[in-house]
Amino acid sequence: MSTAAELVYLLCAVGFILALKGLSGPRTARAGNLVGAAAAVVAVAVPFVDSGVPGGLDHVPLILAAVALGSVVGVVGARRVQMTQMPQMVALFNGVGGGAAALVALLELDHQAALAATAPGSTGWFDVAATVFTVVVGSVSLAGSVVTFAKLQELMTSRPVLFPGLPVVFAVGLVAAVVLAVLCVRDPSVGLGIGLGVLGLALGVLLVLPVGGADVPIVISLLNAFTGLSVAAGGYVLANTTLLVAGTLVGASGTFLTLLMARAMGRSTAHVLFGALRGGSTLGAGEASDRPVRSAGPADVAILLAYAERVIVVPGYGLAVAQAQHTLRELVDVLGARGTRVDYAIHPVAGRMPGHMNVLLAEAQVPYEQLVEMDDINADFRETDVVLVVGANDVVNPAARTTPSAPIYGMPILDVDQARQVVFLKRSMRPGFAGIENDLLHEPTTTLLFGDAKDSLTRLLAALKAL
Amino acid sequence: MTDDPIVWLTVFVLSVFVGIEVVGKVSSTLHTPLMSGANAIHGVILLGAVLVTGTSESTLGLVVGLVAVVLATVNMVGGFVVTDRMLQMFVRRRPGPGSQAPDAPRRGGRA
Repeated sequence: MSTAAELVYLLCAVGFILALKGLSGPRTARAGNLVGAAAAVVAVAVPFVDSGVPGGLDHVPLILAAVALGSVVGVVGARRVQMTQMPQMVALFNGVGGGAAALVALLELDHQAALAATAPGSTGWFDVAATVFTVVVGSVSLAGSVVTFAKLQELMTSRPVLFPGLPVVFAVGLVAAVVLAVLCVRDPSVGLGIGLGVLGLALGVLLVLPVGGADVPIVISLLNAFTGLSVAAGGYVLANTTLLVAGTLVGASGTFLTLLMARAMGRSTAHVLFGALRGGSTLGAGEASDRPVRSAGPADVAILLAYAERVIVVPGYGLAVAQAQHTLRELVDVLGARGTRVDYAIHPVAGRMPGHMNVLLAEAQVPYEQLVEMDDINADFRETDVVLVVGANDVVNPAARTTPSAPIYGMPILDVDQARQVVFLKRSMRPGFAGIENDLLHEPTTTLLFGDAKDSLTRLLAALKAL
Repeated sequence: MTDDPIVWLTVFVLSVFVGIEVVGKVSSTLHTPLMSGANAIHGVILLGAVLVTGTSESTLGLVVGLVAVVLATVNMVGGFVVTDRMLQMFVRRRPGPGSQAPDAPRRGGRA
């Protein structure tokens, strides 16, 4: 490979660093993403010009056709996806990336095996070990991501799936993977590589099955870091700096981001992954309570809102599922026109992922400055007349403060219980994603308006306009 | 670059620190786009897929390589496009047409 190509690769690596830096700040995020995309395109273009292979690359037309096909699938998928379904889309993109890394490593293993057969000792054990690592971790990421996709898309239950002996099966799988990997390093063969890939897929499934729905975002982030690491190992195998640096950056920042997310949700990452295995399931009983609650019709709630001076809206995933963001914004606009001060209180993990709710409300054209983060608004609830909780539950559940046995104990919550009146728009008395009962629903200051969020908001809006 | 694993290890370790340092101060609002952007960046495995496919000697190797190229492209292209879609929504509100951005700081009390 020429020095020029090496320099371009270095430039691309710098581009990825700048991209991540940009993505961490609200003003620079979009530019950062574009810098990353540009660096990626340039990096991929290099081997077509200067591959470092004598005689250049073969099969170029076929490769370009495959790139075109992948681009079409990627662009269509990315454009069509509903913003509510974005977490699972990211999971899917991550999974195919992991799969690609595993396949690349398998092909490289084929080379290494051929080399080892003709000239023993020409391939270092460390090279083969890195290849094997890429195969296993890439496969784990692929299978794990597919399961997270299925959970979030509700193709399967979002509750933890457990069976007796799962920890044992998982441990046996891990040991088997290590043994196969050692065998493969001693005597490289594609057969063993494929076996390791299959084992990786099984481990990926077993890793994600016991994770409860509420914790799936943390797992997506973790699998993202896994794919990054497997790409980094692939970079070492192929002796390519850009791959090594890009993969390592994603692996490191992804791991860090996973820890940040877990902290925002009041969980430890170890608990997310192994909590269900230890029996301390991330989901509670999930039974609906038969304790009394006070429910009201849209007209009553409309009056409550109409004569409030200060209203805070707490949006949750139920809002997004019902596609009611636009109706909610209309309702808030009408209240604003009547002189009521209305803000949205955004819990860090509202929606299905940190920051997800901001994206959803931004899509509904809610002004950015009405979205107030938890730490900034928590002191305001005391002086708030009405809090309108739309499709949220766990993020306002006082059990996080008061009940050490609750799975969400320790998670910072919105102090909604301090407000004078709380109105919950709920579909049913079913507990939230975390599956624990919310005592706030039974407080005398709480009113429930049952129904689909969009339906309830539409009727509420009509009642408010009629006043 | 040299074949000495130590040099590669050095690059790896330094990259770990850069990776953590660079996202250190991200606000929770941006967690999702950041994760999605990072996800797109590891799609650069496409580069590796192109290299192994372009040097494959068997038909089976070629087919497997092409599958890897397609998958990696979906990861890379889809990842960047979906991240941009998310971020577009954050940025649009600034002085965009039809929005009342000028009174922004007064409206919410705190921005």
